[in-house]
Amino acid sequence: MLRFLPGTLVLLVTLTLTWALNTKLGDVPPVASLLSPYRGIWRNAEPEQAPQQTLQLPGLQQPVRVRFDDRRVPHIFAQNEHDLYYAQGYLTARDRLWQMEFMTRVAAGRISEVVGPKALEYDRFQRRMGLPYGAENSLRVMLRNDTTRLVLEAYSQGVNAYISRLSPAEYPFEYKLLDYAPEPWQPLKSALLLKLMAWDLSGRSDDVRLSNILRKYGPAVVRDLFPDYPNRTDAIVPPGTAPDFRPVPVPPTPPAFAAALAGGSWQRQPDPELGSNNFAVAGSRSASGLPLLANDPHLQLNLPSIWYQAQLHAPGVNVYGVTIPGAPTIIIGFNEDAAWGVTNVGGDVLDWYQLRFRDASQREYWHAGRWKPVRRVVERIPVRGQPDRLDTVLYTHHGPIVYDRNETVFNKQTPIRHALRWTAHDGGNEVLAFYRLNRTHSYPEYRQALRTYASPAQNFIFADRRNDITIQPNGRFPLKWPDQGKFILDGTDARHDWQGWIPMDQNPHVRNPARGFVSSANQPSAGLDYPYYLGWDYAPSDRGHRINERLAGMQRATPDSLRQLQNDNLGVNARLMLPWMLRVLAGSLPPDSAPHPTAPGAPEQAAQRVLAAWNYRYEAPAVAASIFELWYTDLVKRLWEDDFGPATGAEMRYPSRARTNQLLLQEAATSAWIDDRTTPRRETVHDLVAASLHFAVDSLTRKFGPLGPKWAWANQKSTDINHLANLAGFGRQDIDCGGSPGSVNATGPRNGPSWRMVVALGPQVKAYGIFPGGQSGNPASAYYDDMIDTWRVGQLDELVFLRAADENHPRLQVAWRLEAPHQ
Amino acid sequence: MPRFWRLALLIAVLSSLAQLLLPWWVVVPVAFAVAAGWGATGGRAFLAGLLGVGLSWWLPALWLHTHGAARLADRLATLLPLGGSGWTLALVSGLVAGVVGGLAALSGAWVRQAARPRSPEGTSTL
Repeated sequence: MLRFLPGTLVLLVTLTLTWALNTKLGDVPPVASLLSPYRGIWRNAEPEQAPQQTLQLPGLQQPVRVRFDDRRVPHIFAQNEHDLYYAQGYLTARDRLWQMEFMTRVAAGRISEVVGPKALEYDRFQRRMGLPYGAENSLRVMLRNDTTRLVLEAYSQGVNAYISRLSPAEYPFEYKLLDYAPEPWQPLKSALLLKLMAWDLSGRSDDVRLSNILRKYGPAVVRDLFPDYPNRTDAIVPPGTAPDFRPVPVPPTPPAFAAALAGGSWQRQPDPELGSNNFAVAGSRSASGLPLLANDPHLQLNLPSIWYQAQLHAPGVNVYGVTIPGAPTIIIGFNEDAAWGVTNVGGDVLDWYQLRFRDASQREYWHAGRWKPVRRVVERIPVRGQPDRLDTVLYTHHGPIVYDRNETVFNKQTPIRHALRWTAHDGGNEVLAFYRLNRTHSYPEYRQALRTYASPAQNFIFADRRNDITIQPNGRFPLKWPDQGKFILDGTDARHDWQGWIPMDQNPHVRNPARGFVSSANQPSAGLDYPYYLGWDYAPSDRGHRINERLAGMQRATPDSLRQLQNDNLGVNARLMLPWMLRVLAGSLPPDSAPHPTAPGAPEQAAQRVLAAWNYRYEAPAVAASIFELWYTDLVKRLWEDDFGPATGAEMRYPSRARTNQLLLQEAATSAWIDDRTTPRRETVHDLVAASLHFAVDSLTRKFGPLGPKWAWANQKSTDINHLANLAGFGRQDIDCGGSPGSVNATGPRNGPSWRMVVALGPQVKAYGIFPGGQSGNPASAYYDDMIDTWRVGQLDELVFLRAADENHPRLQVAWRLEAPHQ
Repeated sequence: MPRFWRLALLIAVLSSLAQLLLPWWVVVPVAFAVAAGWGATGGRAFLAGLLGVGLSWWLPALWLHTHGAARLADRLATLLPLGGSGWTLALVSGLVAGVVGGLAALSGAWVRQAARPRSPEGTSTL
């Protein structure tokens, strides 16, 4: 029988190889099934589209017509609302199925199911933060309402109609690479996506850091260095706007509470750079005599794009704009009569409660004079290639105890044994708010639409062709005593609980102000004359200040005026600080400061010349912008690191930029904070300024060589748009564009204007928009990234807004008819 | 047409048809069975399996590459990494399948030789 050995051996080798090529091994995809031209990635080829097509889709009530323009935006014409949202679900899934499903897994903490145990701690964190819990709460509210139930269910039906048509060969590319299959869509997934936005936009908390600062330095230092947003001159609702309501009583402030030192750190925080701009000018400032409105939300820049454009037309609605794939309706957009947009509100809607447990079993906690039971929820986390993991999360009446014991976790997270209270856990009906906004034609309808919107709180800007312009920081805001939640709260004292909400119609708002424009850029919502406490810390007012400065000078504005403002690269911080920094550098020197880094011929000298000639604009080729950013950032670090940095042993944070600048400009000569307390000698502000310039020039020289065009801001900033799963080759790197996180054109290394829109209201509304990506999520498609270059140079597309399904337009290319199969 | 080319072509046609209906690994039984039934020497069976199964991938991959898959193929060729060329990816794809097909054909030929120890009929004409 020995003669069978060679054949058998080779057969065994063949079968082993076959198995290996057909199986996902660690991060290596199943190579042969991935590369097969029968089922693999080649089948994701995107052929030319036939100009006319009819699709048979079960569940449609009446035929739906869809027209695609040359950016592949679907213009959907349905005869009833069910069919409208069904078609929106179907078409969104067709372009973005993997993305929308993957993001719901990100929200729900279900990534381990796809990639294995390496995502386990991430999944635990999402669940323990209560994202799925909040989504369930919102879903209950949304399904109780007849309108939103219809919208969410029709949308799911449409997504599922698409999924059920797919054979494995037609699954989007990423499913093949990661080796899994799409699962049916449900309304819960839409709710999860909204909660993921809530996390990105309202998931930050400095309570632990502020409590630690309070412990270390006392209340006087907190009052001095961490005041409640002192600069409110550029508040969204301008100071002096008369309130049109009678305020409700605010809960009394309880005695001060000194929280125990909280260990660890709150490390996995959303990026503070996430922000947005919106502004509208009244007819008095526009060439047409009717309002113009602009919006650009700044989010992480990814492919597939975070936004998806669509026009939705049915009896009673004709709206165009963008939505998040997976969420029905339009989130930012316009109709024939009105336009609206959103930016994030930085109010404090996330608080931590220090708990007292009865004993080590942590089954009861002390609150309001008695022991209350802890609710235990078991999370079952499926893990690819391993048995399911069970994880028990403890809930108090405040919310989940995110980590209930000292554990070494992948995402170190604090404060341990504290309960989380967060607006995203409460049920709201955001879908109803957007549904109504889509159909809003006037100011009263707009105010009505905002009433059901809870979280994440947004500055809703609005303009209509009756010449109303208005803005309202909107969402559910807890009715707090002043500074409630600036520090960790006492979980045993009922006076520390959230005790109600600011009445919705008393949220800050301003309508048709005398200055002829409204705007927001994440700065404080209102002046000190607003009767309620919303939070103490907001984004720097730089962008807001610049927007208001330019709008105040705008006359006979056109859509292009607003487009240019969206692309304004001026750095307000550089304009404020650079002249002072150069002056300090040139000032008299203490005798012992040798060797002096700004000696003649030193590279710092050339850098100073470049800086002195700079116009403070973060243009792509600007060398001075690269130097200034490093210089200023390092100066701030040198100022605060010894006092609030990691070396102090406690998790703290730096004072805000506004407070830092005030200290440098006005108090530098006398302030004790200037000195670096880790060195024996006493530093002056000149020492810090000179050393940080030396650091900046030195870093740039190491990175790019001697001072020259290679130091261009575009190179230093290096804007990247990456694939959502960070796949090399599937994004676009080192994009040559200007802007900076502090400019109105807030294009940073990874974040930036994720959708720029300008709407001109009028008898025939005209609108313009662009996002840095494309409509299709298929990397084989020409529409995957076709808008990036237009976006990069700051141009906008005119948006094709149709009044009827059979309207002619030169940019329309493809027409579809969707109908139920014939019986 | 020489027997070798007819063998390769037969493997190409049969494995292409089978893959329209079944997963890619159906090329293993196809190449094995065809080679075992044909009775070639090991070396020639391997080459015919490689070419036959390889062709069953090269041809459709090239067609799809020129009909809408190029952007994705280029990107995947950056990720893998294959220098960002979709053409290289198409070549490598066919080679991966071809090696499996060749080995399957080789084992088919050797198993047949083991079952019929006398030199297989027609060997000399190959």
